[in-house]
Amino acid sequence: MNLHEYQARDLLKAAGIPMFDGDVASTPSEAEAIARRIGGTVVVKAQVHSGGRGKAGGVKLARNPGEASECASQILGMTIKGLVVHKVLVVPAADIATESYVGLILDRATQRPVFMVSDAGGVDIEEVAAKTPEKITRLAVDPRYGLLPHQALRLALALYREWDHVKAATRIMQQLYKVFMANGASLAEINPLVTTPDGRVLALDAKISIDDNELDRRPDLAVLRDESAEEPSEVQARRANLTFIKLDGNVGCVVNGAGLAMATMDLVKYYGGEPANFLDIGGSSNPEKVINALKIITADPNVKVILFNIFGGITRTDDVANGIVAATRQFKVGVPIVIRLTGTNEQEAFRVLESAGMTAMNDMDAAVSKAVALAKEAA
Amino acid sequence: MSIWIGNDTRLVIQGITGREGSFHARQMIEYGTNVVAGVTPGKGGQQFEGTVPVFHTVAEAVAQAGANCSVIYVPPAMAAGAIQEAADAGIPLVICITEGVPVLDMTVVMPFLRERGVRLIGPNCPGMITPGEAKIGIIPGSICAGGPVGLVSRSGTLTYEVVNHLTRAGLGQSTCVGIGGDPIVGTDFIAVLGAFNDDPKTEAIVMIGEIGGTAEQEAAEFIRANVRKPVVGFVAGQTAPKGRRMGHAGAIISGSSGTAEEKFAAFEAAGMGIMRRPVDVVDLLKARMK
Repeated sequence: MNLHEYQARDLLKAAGIPMFDGDVASTPSEAEAIARRIGGTVVVKAQVHSGGRGKAGGVKLARNPGEASECASQILGMTIKGLVVHKVLVVPAADIATESYVGLILDRATQRPVFMVSDAGGVDIEEVAAKTPEKITRLAVDPRYGLLPHQALRLALALYREWDHVKAATRIMQQLYKVFMANGASLAEINPLVTTPDGRVLALDAKISIDDNELDRRPDLAVLRDESAEEPSEVQARRANLTFIKLDGNVGCVVNGAGLAMATMDLVKYYGGEPANFLDIGGSSNPEKVINALKIITADPNVKVILFNIFGGITRTDDVANGIVAATRQFKVGVPIVIRLTGTNEQEAFRVLESAGMTAMNDMDAAVSKAVALAKEAA
Repeated sequence: MSIWIGNDTRLVIQGITGREGSFHARQMIEYGTNVVAGVTPGKGGQQFEGTVPVFHTVAEAVAQAGANCSVIYVPPAMAAGAIQEAADAGIPLVICITEGVPVLDMTVVMPFLRERGVRLIGPNCPGMITPGEAKIGIIPGSICAGGPVGLVSRSGTLTYEVVNHLTRAGLGQSTCVGIGGDPIVGTDFIAVLGAFNDDPKTEAIVMIGEIGGTAEQEAAEFIRANVRKPVVGFVAGQTAPKGRRMGHAGAIISGSSGTAEEKFAAFEAAGMGIMRRPVDVVDLLKARMK
């Protein structure tokens, strides 16, 4: 789960990391009031779960409260990479001496939280990493012992030589590590970490992603989810315990397991069709999940055919069959359904479908090519 | 003819009395897996299905039933503790099926296991099967058959799809291993590939990857340098849309975008057979196993 910049700022501030003043606004007049309170020139920043905000025109400079209101009215409601902006962050336009990069990520390879810091901060940090990897200092933290004082110092020394800056940055490294661990983060990034002409070290922008697997045991983090910032059908799917990503094609896909779901989309494309979505009904499925999946997919007017591809392991194919039958009795699906079922309890599944007058197939390639053909007929 | 599990496996099932645990316990027993014990704290002294003794702890299952392998079906918040309990009880091979284990938990579990020399498969994986000998986890036994093909996969149900094609074409399997799709897993592609390379009964290898990360590229490099058996590979997610990415750290740490094309290119450079569809596994293997 991605946090907004303003939410990430709140977590860093609570941990004691120094930041510029600033606040979040949902309307131009709120933005104006914040700018008036801060005084001077401010930056108005779109709050969306996407990088590249600046390049998309979602970050603007305002010299006075009136301009802040104007900038906010331009940014609020704009779309950045498919996401509508509902909130802006208003912060002072800082006088900056240097910009550094501080990232902390759960690394698959070392299986540890890994710090990456560089004194070449800013938006081009990926280019820096690709072209001059020696400018990035990396440090893997053993979570059993935490970030040790000398490790934090080493990271700070990679950024600064001025001792006051080094001391401040050492503290920030430790505070960032604490935020990361205490909030079940998979990513925490300060970019840039700046120094000001008067010698302070502050975090200017922050990004935090929380591991979705933490949310069940951490209701305090789960409430940070901003559903208005997401695609509505994806929100509806998540509430039904489904993983759903909307795409532009016309073959609706209902699959169990992410790998098979991706392979099914790949095969739809291979046979000349276009998938309308990625939808994983997950492991242990019950009929209710299948009903919800069908409701979400049929809400998309582009969908011309629905393809079920279920390979039963932990999923019992008879549960899926019962769900399909129950759904078709509850509401009119309106488009043809092609069903491929095999694996756990498949004989029972075929019996359930047959007694409801439906047929299923055993072979994935046959089912996908049939679905693609039906979609083409209907299009 | 196998790696890691077979006729000498004596299995304990952690979470045997739960919904998933009991369902799959029955399937494993029916398949012929030697299930010697179950563990559910608070239910020690009971019998599962009248045949399998249930203990409070894994240590009791080891001492009293001689368990030497564990499979875990407990809820996600308890999974890390269950893995550590099995390791502390002296179980050398632990297979965690549970999905949704917090990744930070795994950062602490992994060094704990390394100190004790314990191999973990998973979490969030379908388990393993050595056809005709032992099925541990949730891979449907009916789709597998014994034979010379070793299979390793990051995915669950996609593994079944490929195994099903193999079996129907008369290409049996030595062992199938689902390593799991989480960011931190106990056993990576390379460990399984190495074991298959050393296993005299495995003649060819199938590797099933997914988009994201660099595990497939690293495995391809390992294959190029070390594996002397034919390997064919698939990567799911060729048509996946590019996600909205947060921050730069992911790209910096891996130096890769993790696309299917990048991974297929690495496979090709390693001399592997490229499966564009799951069904392609059959023709590619037959051509290479002559």
